Amino acid sequence: MKKIATGNKAVAEAVKQAGPTVVAAYPITPQTEIVEQIAEFVTSGQMPAKYIAVESEHSAMAACIGASITGIRTFTATSSHGLLYMHEMTNWAAGARLPIVMANVNRSLGPGWNIWAEHTDALQERDTGGLQVYVSTVQEAYDATLMAFRIAEHNNVLLPVMINLDGFLLSHIMQPVDTVELGDFIPAIHLPHAIDPKHPAGYGTLTGPDQQFKFRWEIERSMRDSVKVIEETEKEFAKRFGRKYGFTEDYRCDDAEVIIIALGTLGKEAEVAVDLLRNEGIKAGSMRIRWLRPFPKLNLKGKEVVVIDRDYSFGFGGIVANEIKAKTGASLYSVIAGIGGQEVTYDDIAGFVRTRRMGEEFWFGVNAHV
Amino acid sequence: MFEIRIHSRGGQGGVTAARLLAMAALHDGKYATACPFYGAERRGAPIVSFVRIDDKPIKVYSQIRQPDMVVVLDESVMDVVDVLHGLKKGGRVFLNSANKKVFEGFECHNVDVTGIALRENLVVAGSPILNTPVLGALAKMGIITADSAKKAIREMFSDERNVKAAEAAYKEMNA
Repeated sequence: MKKIATGNKAVAEAVKQAGPTVVAAYPITPQTEIVEQIAEFVTSGQMPAKYIAVESEHSAMAACIGASITGIRTFTATSSHGLLYMHEMTNWAAGARLPIVMANVNRSLGPGWNIWAEHTDALQERDTGGLQVYVSTVQEAYDATLMAFRIAEHNNVLLPVMINLDGFLLSHIMQPVDTVELGDFIPAIHLPHAIDPKHPAGYGTLTGPDQQFKFRWEIERSMRDSVKVIEETEKEFAKRFGRKYGFTEDYRCDDAEVIIIALGTLGKEAEVAVDLLRNEGIKAGSMRIRWLRPFPKLNLKGKEVVVIDRDYSFGFGGIVANEIKAKTGASLYSVIAGIGGQEVTYDDIAGFVRTRRMGEEFWFGVNAHV
Repeated sequence: MFEIRIHSRGGQGGVTAARLLAMAALHDGKYATACPFYGAERRGAPIVSFVRIDDKPIKVYSQIRQPDMVVVLDESVMDVVDVLHGLKKGGRVFLNSANKKVFEGFECHNVDVTGIALRENLVVAGSPILNTPVLGALAKMGIITADSAKKAIREMFSDERNVKAAEAAYKEMNA
């Protein structure tokens, strides 16, 4: 059924349909509407789940871990400082091989006290062992949330999945969303290492230097296996519900000489910039990265690449740009734009491409265009 | 793409008006996005919300700089905000007012939406509801169809007075 919803409401609707048994969360702007809506679903009887209103995000993830290890479906949502407050526990969730699904509404980090979009929060989580997907429309937020449960709980994966949506730009925008009859798209959860409270056993005893690396390798092996699971899940989703997704969303890339790469809503707005540039005779394309973990295989041979990072690693550079450089060796122009909700229009994006200086870094609003 | 900026004060329902407009456009078979100005909203403070309507999916997230139309739900914001800022040449203005105003170079319309809301007793917590009747005026201006406007209102509100108020605005509109 087609209706108008915000990104937050669409995520909450998808969570309701996926039917977690436990949701533990703490409110934070601009995510609050997700857990508010879920709490409303639970109290009105539309969602037969236990909602745990915890005292912090660290506790939210800890509660999800405790619930998940009993073999049930769990969900939480957060933003920014909330996510970083969870950080110790997000590592634990992945290490304990728990398929916890989380929505993160991307927001800048203080100070200054800023509630607007930035990806540095989620990107600081990229080494935890959790999967990360970045979405660009309300429809995609809904679809990706549904798929996240199936991917996380697949027994070849058993890792947390985080759905990322841009604060305000996507969390609060209202767009059409076509909801689906889910049917058996998400199979019943089966956690092979679930604990049974009726038959207590000891866990978490000391893991020695002869064992720990094996557990870490197992995370990586599942991360690699998740590529196939993601592909299969997205294929099955397209078959059942008609909407296609992939590791990247490519727009006019085939004959492109210069490719724009960005995450989230900037990656969608970049498509408008591509059309503008094409009209000027510049053969541009847009490759919006959706899955950042596992990192996609990108074919950028012979292309110039303009990467827009709504994030930064101080003393190093744009995080996405440097990941692409490391994986592909591509020649690229690194643009830092959109930090803390900084306004970036399709005209601005087209400007980045027109004035690109390969191999250099450009801070939008700080450095002058040449 | 048709871009609309709605001026109101926090609590007057400007964001809901944007939502209703997007819902009605969807019923018309179009694509639409609606969003508040991205920030913290305070009751009584001048706020803006935005609506984009197009025949194809909308990929733009940056703010509307050159709207095709502005809707002013509260005349008093005009004392503190330049509501015509960036409005395209020949662009359209809808004013919630009993008095006709002329802005040189723009197409101006007005209806006393507040008066209609009060007459229909559409009042919540002492404030007249403006977002449903204004939809009738916008339907008369051809932004959405009247049928879709009514459908959107009924989806969101069970009180039929909302539809009656929209119909009254449609009739009173000096199209």
